[in-house]
Amino acid sequence: MSDVKPQSPEKREFIAKSKTFWNPGKTQAWQDMGVDLVIDRREGYFIWDMDGRRLIDLHLNGGTYNIGHRHPELIEILNRGTQRFDMGNHHFPSQARTALAERLAEICGGDLHYTMYASGGAEAIDIALKTARHATQRRKIVSIVNAYHGHTGLAVAAGADRFKKIFLSDQPEDFVHVPFNDLTAMEDALKGNDVAALIMETIPATYGFPMPLPGYLKDVKKLCEHYGALYVADEVQTGLMRCGEMWGYQRYGIVPDMVVTGKGISGGMYPIACVVVREPYAGWLTQDGFAHMSTMGGAELGCLVAMKTLEILQRPPVKPMVNYISETFRNGLHEIMKLYPDFFVGIRQCGVVMGLEFDFPEGAKPVMRHLYENGVWAIFSTLDPRVLQFKPGVLMTADLCQEVLERVERSVGLAYAECMGRGRGKARAA
Amino acid sequence: MTAIVEEILAGEKRPTGAADLMLQVAEWAASAYARFGRAKVEEIARAAAETAHAHAGELAEAAVAETGFGVAEHKKIKNELTSRALFELYSREDFCSARIRPDLKMVELPRPAGVVFGLTPSTNPVCSVFYKILMALVTRNAIIISPHPMAKACSARAAKLMAEAAEKAGAPAGIIQVIEHPNLPLIEHVMKSPRVGVILATGGTPMVRAAYSSGNPAIGVGPGNAPVLVDESADLNEAAKRIVASKSFDNSILCTNESVVLAVESVADRLVQSMRSAGAHVAKPEEVAALRELLFGRGTFNVEVLGKSAVEIGAMIGLRLPPHTKIILAEIDRVGIDEPLSKEKLCPVLGFLRVPHAQAGINQAKALIRLSGAGHSAAIHSHHSATILAYGAAVKALRVVVNAPCSMGAAGYGTHLAPAFTIGTGYFGSSSVGENVGPQHLINWTRIAYNDDPSEAFGDFAGLDAWSGGPALALGLEAPISLGRLQEGAPKLGDPAPSNAAGGADELALMREEIRKMVLEELRGALAAGKKT
Repeated sequence: MSDVKPQSPEKREFIAKSKTFWNPGKTQAWQDMGVDLVIDRREGYFIWDMDGRRLIDLHLNGGTYNIGHRHPELIEILNRGTQRFDMGNHHFPSQARTALAERLAEICGGDLHYTMYASGGAEAIDIALKTARHATQRRKIVSIVNAYHGHTGLAVAAGADRFKKIFLSDQPEDFVHVPFNDLTAMEDALKGNDVAALIMETIPATYGFPMPLPGYLKDVKKLCEHYGALYVADEVQTGLMRCGEMWGYQRYGIVPDMVVTGKGISGGMYPIACVVVREPYAGWLTQDGFAHMSTMGGAELGCLVAMKTLEILQRPPVKPMVNYISETFRNGLHEIMKLYPDFFVGIRQCGVVMGLEFDFPEGAKPVMRHLYENGVWAIFSTLDPRVLQFKPGVLMTADLCQEVLERVERSVGLAYAECMGRGRGKARAA
Repeated sequence: MTAIVEEILAGEKRPTGAADLMLQVAEWAASAYARFGRAKVEEIARAAAETAHAHAGELAEAAVAETGFGVAEHKKIKNELTSRALFELYSREDFCSARIRPDLKMVELPRPAGVVFGLTPSTNPVCSVFYKILMALVTRNAIIISPHPMAKACSARAAKLMAEAAEKAGAPAGIIQVIEHPNLPLIEHVMKSPRVGVILATGGTPMVRAAYSSGNPAIGVGPGNAPVLVDESADLNEAAKRIVASKSFDNSILCTNESVVLAVESVADRLVQSMRSAGAHVAKPEEVAALRELLFGRGTFNVEVLGKSAVEIGAMIGLRLPPHTKIILAEIDRVGIDEPLSKEKLCPVLGFLRVPHAQAGINQAKALIRLSGAGHSAAIHSHHSATILAYGAAVKALRVVVNAPCSMGAAGYGTHLAPAFTIGTGYFGSSSVGENVGPQHLINWTRIAYNDDPSEAFGDFAGLDAWSGGPALALGLEAPISLGRLQEGAPKLGDPAPSNAAGGADELALMREEIRKMVLEELRGALAAGKKT
């Protein structure tokens, strides 16, 4: 049964205030979708609504809370860090920034060597694209149709129309989009030898995690090499063990020219995002190190938190744990699919990066709402609303996974009744 | 990394945070392993035992080198006994399958503890690791070993070798883990974790007490201090040989070793003579005083003599003993708090007290155990059944070894006691278990009990598998990749687990393809059925 209680007067009042002062459109949209969530307390993989209801977080804000909300070790490091450091002065060599860069070089291996810092993922994407343009002396950027890379200038231009047309921020002359998993289209886009970079999420999140076909990413990388374009891997949602390895691209056997990481690397505790670039393409750092700057990019407290996050993710139990979690969800969801085979039709999965496919227009939205009413928060895919983004954290316990599966089974059943019940009735009448 | 950054990053929560992750993965492994069938479990345990056996000698030497305790040759024997031999013994019993009891109208299902937290000592490091891991494996438990800090390297290597072998044989990932850098606060943290099913504590009293006060179920055992009574009916030559062999085995490092001989006066001289022939050095009174000072001069037992040989200990008090000397016999005139040599001595120094008759010996044995070693072991060399029975009834020991070496005999070698390196000291010794600890202590049983009214018939459970059904098992081996509508299944229960060995990938791919086909058919079937309604 749904465990939603009627809204408290305090919450009603707060939501009104949110519409008045913050973002009326967004606030209202959630109310319309039946999700009146105002997140208050949070801990581990739980969040509590301001009316006290507990939800299991399977959204994690795109993997930001990959290792859980308010991880105690991150809190400790942040507290210790503030005893000595603040954001730092971005003009100068910095102990924390250098240390994190050194760690990332070690982790990425090969000649992925220099780290450039941002305060968020989109800014990092901008840095990556600027770096590629400098290295290749070309302007054009290729990305996939319905891509999502964030909302700053170059990042939003590389993304779907959904977020750029409204701000008149599309740049069609420099930004080319090709369909995902279509090698011919990719080659057509690259073969003019005028592309600075191909940027791609290893698995496009906001597009509902369509999975790269076997060999696709490898072939794309080869095409990039052949036509002199750099391959920028947007690992904001697929990195940090979520695919079963530190970086998603490792599962597909490629080495990109640049790796962008954000969200999860901050542990959700202090904003930071990074671009790791192969040495041959980092020319501007030597030629004119002042060419790009960011006051808050690579804030030293963020660097400390990021180093801790990486250290936690590299502990030996984490890899088998991710495997257990992803296998358990695969197997458990598969059982649920068997119950509703004409509704719940697909599981797209690479580790804990998962998209659940529903064969109904915008089918993920009712599932999302029933999940919400049943104590689980997972979000639909903006750019493919038939798909529910299902994003378990990499440190979930066995019990919690079981609990999620129970709640998913109940919620999918309710959504099924809602979506298909009517359709079936009609069929019967006919 | 600069020192400052390093210092900030070295948070206090790191060790416990890392341990929590181990516990979490152990819990995952345990939940999968609890549903394995007996044949697979046996295969896994056998693989781990064989690997342990193959490294018995190497690890025995590593243990002696690391701790300085004991005799490599004897440790090798113990390592062999706790690997292949122990597996063979344990595999005779089925700790995995349902027991159907039509006579009682009952079905009994073994339920593993889940995560076993095994603390292992420095004195018997490797064999304790072997023993605890095997007990956990045959009962479908996951185990985290926390070795004694003095023996952490050899213990960790032993655990890792077995973990590798078990996983290669198809055990879930993380079934055996080891804390490589143990310390007291960390151990206490793990002991208190709600993820721990049972603590298997072997070690010093403070550690055992900590296990019991953790709030988690614990099997902890107390120290030993075995008296050995020799009466006039004993075969003195045999008794002497057995006592010397036992006391010198692994330099007396087993807690089941004899502490004080209680010899009936009428045969005492002949016994001493026989012991001398068997390799005992009989200490002169001034040597006894020197030994007392060496062993207990600082109030507590001097760990520098722990597990050292008789010759080495002799040298420490300025004695040059012949190299074949096996033990040192120290004659004392009383047992009690005022004679330190009547306490437990984990070294080949054996107390010797003359008693006027067997009953007096029994009384002195009681006194000895009152001092320490309650619930542990005692030995007697006698052919008087009445004396043996009286001794057993009077002495607060839960195993009384008769006409056999106590070190090995109480640990189940050369007697029909269960072979064990964790000796339950029971209620006398503040322990929850009074017998030699075995696999049976790591499981509970769910009992499905029918109405006893004859009109209510007992069900037919033959051929049913309690652990099949439900979703396929997650084994922690590889994060799945699937493309969406093309569904892949995981290996079903009862299927052989995919091996990590070379060539396994193809099999796995084939199996996946098979399962995929099955699933698609199933889905099509379900869809067709749905349309019909």
